[in-house]
Amino acid sequence: MPGIKDRVAIAGVGCTKFGEIWEKDQEDLLVEAVYEALDDAGITPQDIEAAWVGVMYSFTGMSGGTFAEPMKLFGKPVSRLENFCASGMDAFRNACFAVAAGAYDIVVACGVEKLMDTGSSGLPMEGGHPVMSGTSAPALFALAATRAFNDWGWTREDLASVAVKNHKNGAAHPKAHFRRAITIDDALKAPMIAWPLGRFDCCAMSDGSAALVVTRPEIAKTMKHKDDYVVVKANALAVDSTFPMYRPGYDWLGFPATKKAAAMAYEEAGVKDPVKEIGFAEVHDCFTSTELFNMGDLGFVDPPKAGEAVRDGLTEVEGDIPVNPSGGLKCFGHPIGATGCRMLYEVTKQLQGRADGMQVKDPVLGMAHNLGGPASVCSITILGRHD
Amino acid sequence: MVAIASYGAYIPIYRLGRQEMAQAWGIPGVPGERSVANADEDSITMAIAAAFECVAGIDPASIDGVYFASTTPPYTEKQCASVVAGALDLRQDIFTADFTDSVRAATVAMRAAYDAIESGSANSVLVVTADNRPAEPETMWEQLLGDGGAAFLLSKEGPATVRGFQSVTSEVIGPWRRSDDRYVRAFEPKLDTKYGYMASMVTAAKALAEKEGVGPKDISKGVFSAGDPRAHAVLGRQLGLEMPQLQDSGFLLLGNTGTPQVLMMLAAALDGSKAGDKLLVANYGDGADAFLVEVNDAFPTVAGKRPLQTYLMNKRMLPNYNAYASFRKLMERNRYVPPSSPVTYWRDTKMELALYGSRCRKCSTVQYPPPRVCVECGTKDELDEIQLARKGTVFTFTLDHLVGGEYLNTPVPRVIADLDGGGRVFLQMTDCDPKEVSIGMPVELTLRRLHEGAGFHNYYWKCQPVRGG
Repeated sequence: MPGIKDRVAIAGVGCTKFGEIWEKDQEDLLVEAVYEALDDAGITPQDIEAAWVGVMYSFTGMSGGTFAEPMKLFGKPVSRLENFCASGMDAFRNACFAVAAGAYDIVVACGVEKLMDTGSSGLPMEGGHPVMSGTSAPALFALAATRAFNDWGWTREDLASVAVKNHKNGAAHPKAHFRRAITIDDALKAPMIAWPLGRFDCCAMSDGSAALVVTRPEIAKTMKHKDDYVVVKANALAVDSTFPMYRPGYDWLGFPATKKAAAMAYEEAGVKDPVKEIGFAEVHDCFTSTELFNMGDLGFVDPPKAGEAVRDGLTEVEGDIPVNPSGGLKCFGHPIGATGCRMLYEVTKQLQGRADGMQVKDPVLGMAHNLGGPASVCSITILGRHD
Repeated sequence: MVAIASYGAYIPIYRLGRQEMAQAWGIPGVPGERSVANADEDSITMAIAAAFECVAGIDPASIDGVYFASTTPPYTEKQCASVVAGALDLRQDIFTADFTDSVRAATVAMRAAYDAIESGSANSVLVVTADNRPAEPETMWEQLLGDGGAAFLLSKEGPATVRGFQSVTSEVIGPWRRSDDRYVRAFEPKLDTKYGYMASMVTAAKALAEKEGVGPKDISKGVFSAGDPRAHAVLGRQLGLEMPQLQDSGFLLLGNTGTPQVLMMLAAALDGSKAGDKLLVANYGDGADAFLVEVNDAFPTVAGKRPLQTYLMNKRMLPNYNAYASFRKLMERNRYVPPSSPVTYWRDTKMELALYGSRCRKCSTVQYPPPRVCVECGTKDELDEIQLARKGTVFTFTLDHLVGGEYLNTPVPRVIADLDGGGRVFLQMTDCDPKEVSIGMPVELTLRRLHEGAGFHNYYWKCQPVRGG
């Protein structure tokens, strides 16, 4: 399989401040993120040939108009995309394929979500089977954490150490929702959301948008970031069961979609030893337990020892494999459609040496990992500096 | 001949001390406690719980009819018996009916079942009954009523014979509810006690005794419905029975459970009966029904089947009146109603109510919900229907504070359970202390009212710690 390694480049990135942005709507956020990406790439809206927008909830209508209407870019091919919490990175994946195929030269991938407008604490529960679904997102992810507590001896302190690390990183990031360092005690004493996940184990409800200008390397060479554009080393998507709760024999110790997507991505990028070769990773820490599972599923650590590894500093910005140097979902919150694109914004800026917050020292490869459902959808992108 | 082939009873796990209720309102309290249905229980779910006890070890395909009796049917237009038949996985070519509007409905249904079998129109009929009658706040009714259910399978053969029926009708305004009344109403009770209860019960019971040729000394137990313990004792005396001959009405530990009361008492009497016992049963409500039960053999022991005593002793005390008020939805609250659809309910009835999954012919994996393509080996359309066991073990769980339940049921324990014999389900746990939930804990499944999506009662399974286990 040829894949898209080194055939796609990111020429510009944009990202809004994430948080409870009451005074702005989806249009405001999307326009801000996309215009920032266009400025970063040194192009105008008219240069966009096609676009993909990741957005999960429906109040702007289920169409490409989610992008075309706010941008007032009519008559162009735009697709709206949903793939659970990996919607944003899947929008990017489709954009990559379009430019790699040569169908277009310059396209935009973006994501946006206005969760605060839904008025619910926790993701809105809509759709699904009338009696067989109907549960909160933290509850679903907690099912796995409970099992890891039982089988691997994980503790609430292990979870808290992830929160402490990510809050430390997020405090330095001007676009983060939460910019306050916390202590282990803060995390442990917070109210329970879904045992064993307390409030500091859960990412917040936030609003935000992020956008990427996607092109081919030979075109990126002629653009504003001709010296420091980044290239796609791998992009993988794995879709697993939507009903892992009912899956006979599933051990709930890690998420199969991540393991499959990681294997595909490492193969495409030619990565043999992720801890040595991947400079850093933005992973989907919707819950602190998810970050611990991700570390195991991505091959960074022996999963039972994930908490210990966090405490030992493995994933600190100065560690062997920094995880979530931005502060992650923990500090940004998780406006569903935006998250995957925000991760790619972060990875791009880190590779360019112009991170907004904590800068990882001289990375060559960076990973973004976007997970949906507790175990349903995983998209992984590995980006690298151009040759 | 018409016989009792089997029987069962059900009492909700929650009880509330009457002193707690009295203190909540600053009114006098009656001694004892009452049973309180959980927020997710109603007459259908309690009737089904009793029915599962009754039909344990009996082939559901052998049952020719279901009669549901209650003054609190969760539907007033739409049958409740059909929900029971669906959950019990009964045949579709059976006769189902609801009997309602009087607490006498349980024995009216028994008489109708008796007549159907006697006439040869059915070989066996399952009578199920339950009530959770609405008591007006700040009245003694709150303390006096209780919730529960019972089920009796009448058949051509069985360990106990049902001999004869004698009924009277009587137009007295006893407790009543007009169709638009929210709570049970009552006038000064003396008239109803004397000219209603006492007169009807004595007339029916005496006529039956005379017809069947039995005197007071022949009666092992008099099983008489009773709202008022004093009237109950007076009735016994008038019929010539000594106190030990009177089956306890459950006044102190349960309250008056209404429609199912007399059959719950009969279940308790049968639990303690021996061959040769004669039980005189009489039930009041706008007249009275009386019948005689003669025990010929001991009822066979069925593994896992629980006597009424187990349900009586296995209980959890509610801490205060607030819990009761919450369970009964006495306060107006904004409640989240999830979406639902009569279409998916109809299509999934067998899966939702009778708990059918499927088993792959190729790899034998039992799976739920039943898929088209095997989740394990990918074989298409090679799966056979299989009814899943209602017992299992907790594989993992969480305690969900974000999507709350009703009062004591918050946080909501959400459980993945591996069922005995295969199949994995994802259910809420009910009737439990969330702190007690653990991996490896044995659970049993119980059908509950899950939500009111699309404006109908969406019944679905939850799990609970094994009652009396």
